Amino acid sequence: MLRFATLFLTWLSLSGPAMAQQADAPIQRLLQTHSDVLLESSRRTIGPAVDALANSGLPEAQVVLDKWQNKEMWVDEETGLFVYAEEIDRDTLRIYDFADGTEIGEVPDDAFDQLKPNSGIRGLIATALVQFQLSDPDPDTRRRALDAIERGAEESHLAALRVSLPNETDDTIRARKDRLERLLTIRYGETDAERITAIQSFGGDLSVDVRAALNPLLAVRVEAADALPDAPDIGRVLQPGSEALPRDEAYELLVGADLAKPRISREDQRNALVANISDGQVAGVQVATLDSQAARDMAYAALAEQGTVTAVATEAEVDDRLASHVFYERYIGAPPEVVAAAQLALQAIENKVHVNQAIDLGLDALSLASIYFLAAIGLAITFGVMGVINMAHGEFIMMGAYTGYVVQLFIPDYTLSIIVAIPLAFAVTFGAGVAMERLVIRWLYHRPLETLLATFGISIALQQLAKNIFGTQARPLTAPDWLDGSLVINDIVSISYIRIAIFVLALLFLALFLFVMNRTRLGLEVRAVTQNPRMAASMGINPDKINMLTFGFGSGIAGIAGVAIGLYAKVTSEMGSDYIVQSFMTVVVGGVGNIWGTLLGATMVGSLQKGIEWLNPSNTLAAQTYMILFIILFIQFRPKGIIALKGRAAEA
Amino acid sequence: MSMKFLSSAAAAALVASTLPAFAQDVSCPIKVGVLHSLSGTMAISETTLKDTMEMLVDIQNDKGGLLGCELEAVVVDPASDWPLFAEKARELLTVQNVDVIFGAWTSVSRKSALPVLEELNGLMFYPVQYEGEESSKNVFYTGAAPNQQAIPATDYFLEELGVEKFALLGTDYVYPRTTNNILEAYLKDKGIAEEDIFVNYTPFSHSDWSKIVADVVALGADGKKVGVISTINGDANIGFYKELAAAGISADDIPVVAFSVGEEELSGLDTTNLVGHLAAWNYFQSADTEANEEWVASWKERMGDDRVTNDPMEAHYIGFNMWVNAVTEAGTTDVDAVRTAMYGQEFPNLTGGTSVMLPNHHLAKPVLIGEITEDGQFDIISQTEEVPGDAWTDFLPESAVLKSDWAELGCGMYNTDTSTCVQIKSNY
Amino acid sequence: MTDVSLPRREPFALRFPSVMVFVAILALFTVGVTILSEGFGIGVISTSFVKTLGKTLCLCLVALAMDLVWGYCGILSLGHMAFFGLGGYAIGMWLMYARTEIIVLESLAAAPLPPTPQEVSDGIASQIFGVVGASEFPPIWAFAHSLPLQLLAVVLVPGLLALVFGWLAFRSRVTGVYLSILTQAMTLALSLHLFQNDSGLRGNNGLSGLQNLPGQSDVSQDIVSLWFFWGSALALGLGYLLCAWIVSGKFGSVIRAIRDDEARVRFLGYPVEAFKLAIFTVTAVIAGIAGALYYPQAGIINPAELAPIASIYLAVWVAIGGRGRLYGAVIGAAFVSLVSTWFTGGQAPDINLGFYTISWVDWWTVLLGLSFVCVTLYAPKGIGGLVDILIDRKGPNRHGADLGPDQGALREQEADK
Repeated sequence: MLRFATLFLTWLSLSGPAMAQQADAPIQRLLQTHSDVLLESSRRTIGPAVDALANSGLPEAQVVLDKWQNKEMWVDEETGLFVYAEEIDRDTLRIYDFADGTEIGEVPDDAFDQLKPNSGIRGLIATALVQFQLSDPDPDTRRRALDAIERGAEESHLAALRVSLPNETDDTIRARKDRLERLLTIRYGETDAERITAIQSFGGDLSVDVRAALNPLLAVRVEAADALPDAPDIGRVLQPGSEALPRDEAYELLVGADLAKPRISREDQRNALVANISDGQVAGVQVATLDSQAARDMAYAALAEQGTVTAVATEAEVDDRLASHVFYERYIGAPPEVVAAAQLALQAIENKVHVNQAIDLGLDALSLASIYFLAAIGLAITFGVMGVINMAHGEFIMMGAYTGYVVQLFIPDYTLSIIVAIPLAFAVTFGAGVAMERLVIRWLYHRPLETLLATFGISIALQQLAKNIFGTQARPLTAPDWLDGSLVINDIVSISYIRIAIFVLALLFLALFLFVMNRTRLGLEVRAVTQNPRMAASMGINPDKINMLTFGFGSGIAGIAGVAIGLYAKVTSEMGSDYIVQSFMTVVVGGVGNIWGTLLGATMVGSLQKGIEWLNPSNTLAAQTYMILFIILFIQFRPKGIIALKGRAAEA
Repeated sequence: MSMKFLSSAAAAALVASTLPAFAQDVSCPIKVGVLHSLSGTMAISETTLKDTMEMLVDIQNDKGGLLGCELEAVVVDPASDWPLFAEKARELLTVQNVDVIFGAWTSVSRKSALPVLEELNGLMFYPVQYEGEESSKNVFYTGAAPNQQAIPATDYFLEELGVEKFALLGTDYVYPRTTNNILEAYLKDKGIAEEDIFVNYTPFSHSDWSKIVADVVALGADGKKVGVISTINGDANIGFYKELAAAGISADDIPVVAFSVGEEELSGLDTTNLVGHLAAWNYFQSADTEANEEWVASWKERMGDDRVTNDPMEAHYIGFNMWVNAVTEAGTTDVDAVRTAMYGQEFPNLTGGTSVMLPNHHLAKPVLIGEITEDGQFDIISQTEEVPGDAWTDFLPESAVLKSDWAELGCGMYNTDTSTCVQIKSNY
Repeated sequence: MTDVSLPRREPFALRFPSVMVFVAILALFTVGVTILSEGFGIGVISTSFVKTLGKTLCLCLVALAMDLVWGYCGILSLGHMAFFGLGGYAIGMWLMYARTEIIVLESLAAAPLPPTPQEVSDGIASQIFGVVGASEFPPIWAFAHSLPLQLLAVVLVPGLLALVFGWLAFRSRVTGVYLSILTQAMTLALSLHLFQNDSGLRGNNGLSGLQNLPGQSDVSQDIVSLWFFWGSALALGLGYLLCAWIVSGKFGSVIRAIRDDEARVRFLGYPVEAFKLAIFTVTAVIAGIAGALYYPQAGIINPAELAPIASIYLAVWVAIGGRGRLYGAVIGAAFVSLVSTWFTGGQAPDINLGFYTISWVDWWTVLLGLSFVCVTLYAPKGIGGLVDILIDRKGPNRHGADLGPDQGALREQEADK
């Protein structure tokens, strides 16, 4: 019934405006010839269709490619005719004729299928569109053409680029075109000389695309021979058994080149033996005795002697064949002169790459350190200054992050919401900290171990509370637009703005902490209370109040840190526990009671972790494990941390 | 589609109403155990499935129940604590006497419950994509095996996107490890050199992604097109995608296909910078069929407008309905009878086409690849025919010789080389 | 000094009546559960509950160890569950290996050629590690084939780790909260290490199927669960006697003295570090044994079991039960873990407040956390304190009980004046 109704509707729509569609326009006929591959929509088969459109010389072809790329091309299921369309609502389309761009009418979308080119096909279309776009009056279109060349260059683009270069008016686009022209010359240049010139023009350029153009020139094939041939395209000589050429691989190479007898795998050997069992014996050996590899080797050798199976190489033969051959690399990417130029250029680049990688790693380490510092600074106050172990510190970070999330629910403008969220997060966690100090911690000042346990109780309660209120799902906390993206110095060194913001925030906190502790009355009183509460009390300071404020201050800073961490990572009820152990270690490693120590501790933990990650890039987990192990050992040898307090303060 | 859907349901109801005369050994109500974590780290994903099961049971009861009995969902909470999965499974089977269990999410939780299921001859439906290498007599795997998700997605990378260099990023646990192992072997088979495969494992909830993203970008330095295959799990994805967006990596330059990121995970993210990145599943909410529209509508009506549907939900949908049909066919909820009736069961997918239960306890179902859109949904750009799930992958030498066939061979781990059944029970 | 030597003349049992009471209760409990069980009795208690009870006994045993090290010696170790887990891993390796070996030998027996040792080992390895994509035995499995060696590992691995870690920590005088954080770091590092697949212990998947005893596949779990229940009860009984014996003598006096004022004990000439190291190591061994009994009942061990939170919960049990008294630790572990099971199991009825329904699955953790704060603040003696009220003890009797770690500290008394 339903289907009949749609058919009827389709018929209505077709009998109406669709009549106007020009089924025999040249562009439509061209599309129809390639209808099958267009509908199949696979990058493997679509090539001819894209080429045919691009080379058809029809003025409409560009429109077709454009619409197709933007997923605006539809096909009429009944007639198989292609149209482009815009979606008016969920079920209705306004369709246009490709032939002349006229509107055909509004139709229900049931009778039409949308062509959804995948990004591979879209890339091909973009590549094909380049020729139309390079000299387009709209600079944006020209830029898109250049993007397309960067992503999927073709030999034909070189010529097109060269044609369009002299007429380019926009300076930045001209620079890009010029650069691309040289890159394409490296790849497709006709003479070696022009390729070499192009290579040399990039002296020391760090960009990935330059390396991407140069590296394929250095492609090699490993070959084996009795003696090293004397030819200009020979590269390194490889030792079998080295990392570059494992022993098995080297021997495979010899076997493949018919320079040695094959070896046999255990499975094949077993299968061969099984195939030759007769009367419970293989080549005269009882099957029951074949329960060791040596026995099987012998049985197989016996079979080979009988000629039932092909002989295989023994280990000694393998060694012998390997020793009597030389293995080397042959350059297959480019003529030797170009290879030499590319090698030279790459070497210069590689050196710079290493330096820049080190800088980038340093930036990463710095950024991680500032995150750890930010997470730990509140703890440095509560633990370092007051000596209170606050296991719920991580949950204060979480509360700050959720405050940010809630603020964003009410204030949709991201910039404004962050500006509101930061003081609010401070206020919320300050309040929570003060409440906790009043209700729990002040009763336990002389029982540090019990503070640890009580605050742990608070920690699990807060965590579960957050789950009950906000759910277990991660919540979005979105950074304002001006924090999107990253500061790109070159293709290797870059750092996201949000990380820079965190770094700046960490510095601000450091300054704030130093200012409060050293330059304000509160700081003076805090230090006094920390060093000798009774003396301070007799000087008219209220230690209770000071403790409360200090604890609130430390907690409040954790709240702000929470907003920052939430912006760069995620907001979940468990985010606090991700940071708590690391934060404690930062404080302990740095030396309790000294903010500079915490800073050093964070720097050490951060750079250590990045350093280990760099040594073992495939396993980040191992980096964390080794870092913790290192810290455990470090504390054995410097129990008081990097900066140990001396004198009276140390005893407090 | 809708007609077919309705008619098959009607047929089931009709059969159900005529059959009870023979079904003497069914005790009412029929109990359906739901073994999904409602607290702890996995609650984020599994609570949705508990709700799905309750909805499916309610729908079935509205249709008149099963074999003349009401269905009753027995919900327990294993609290994301793996040993508890074994304990709760035992409780469900021996204390509550449930007839079937729908449950588990992580592989380790399934492995925990497995010995109990096999010991007590229970029946469990497992709805999540997993690493394969298993076929238990007592479990039906309605999620994707690697060849129903990872391999097609890799093919898509190789053939459609022309990717030549692969970064396999995963969370350090069994599903990414095994999947990446299979993919590595598969890629080498396809002629990708070992040095063109970059593998990295990160801990759960990892948040510091800058170096890894930079490493991936640097892979492009030798002029090959780079693609990322992500088996990153859970909330670590948020940091990863944020860093990806910050680094300005467009899907056209370095496409990322994820196997563990669905509609639910995207709801914690602003997806504007991620448009065009990919995910491979057997189901997307955006699938344009009437059955799906109906399903999404009833889900939203029950759970609220902002809730989304996802792939494991569809797996339960198919699994539950197949079980209902198998019970109806067998006329009993007896595990062995139902299992026999399960083989060859067919049920229409929500994405079109028909799923079939194979004798290796896996489904044949279509593979979909979707591009992330701005509204946190997926635009389906590729949908294959039904792909039969393969319990033992063909791309690892030890597994290639194994096959599973419970209908004919009565063995889930049959060595085709030696023609023997390695074991009747599973590896735990 | 004469005070201390006087009670020595009485027999052990008389001086510590609580020990005898405890052992008697434990024995009664064991017999009772056996009679009510499905395996040998009338089937009132389900097998899954027998397993729960057996596991609870193991938790009581590790809580005893925790009490010894924290309640008696004042070392708040937040890493004892690491030793517990290591014990579990040690026995788990043998259980997995032996069970798999039987399967592999059976399947290879049908092959046309007799298997080579290499084939057997490869077969076992690919069965065990196939799931994590490996097929070779890591070196750490070198002794997995031998039950005696792995049993030795149950004792030696946690013991040696504790010895090395403790030696490093105590000799550099890391004490108090620093030591707590350090032990926490240790268990975190260990669990992170085990989480890696490269650790050779199947990463996040851990070892599973441990409830199936090798070669006993035809014995029903109803029976096996009781075997382990008895084993756990025996271990707990012996552990209790051992702990009671340790804290009763001069050694016990010294460690309590260390808890109360470490510096004075040092000045009196006792090698404080050696005492601490001894107690740390012994408790680690006890924890390892408890773990080796626990995980075959749980069926699976994985690195999450070694996460820092587990050790903190251990401290919570001891604190709630009442530290500084052995039965307190047992009561705490049994009470909290059983109540926890009850609440999270969904059996506890929800409370409908009209505007909001309190579902215990969601709110139990909040309640636990808050009650923990309350215990710390208002009832530092924990549940065990009720016993004091019951038998109305007066005055500080330092034999095996009473004051918390810091209450006896002199500095605090001075500060309060």
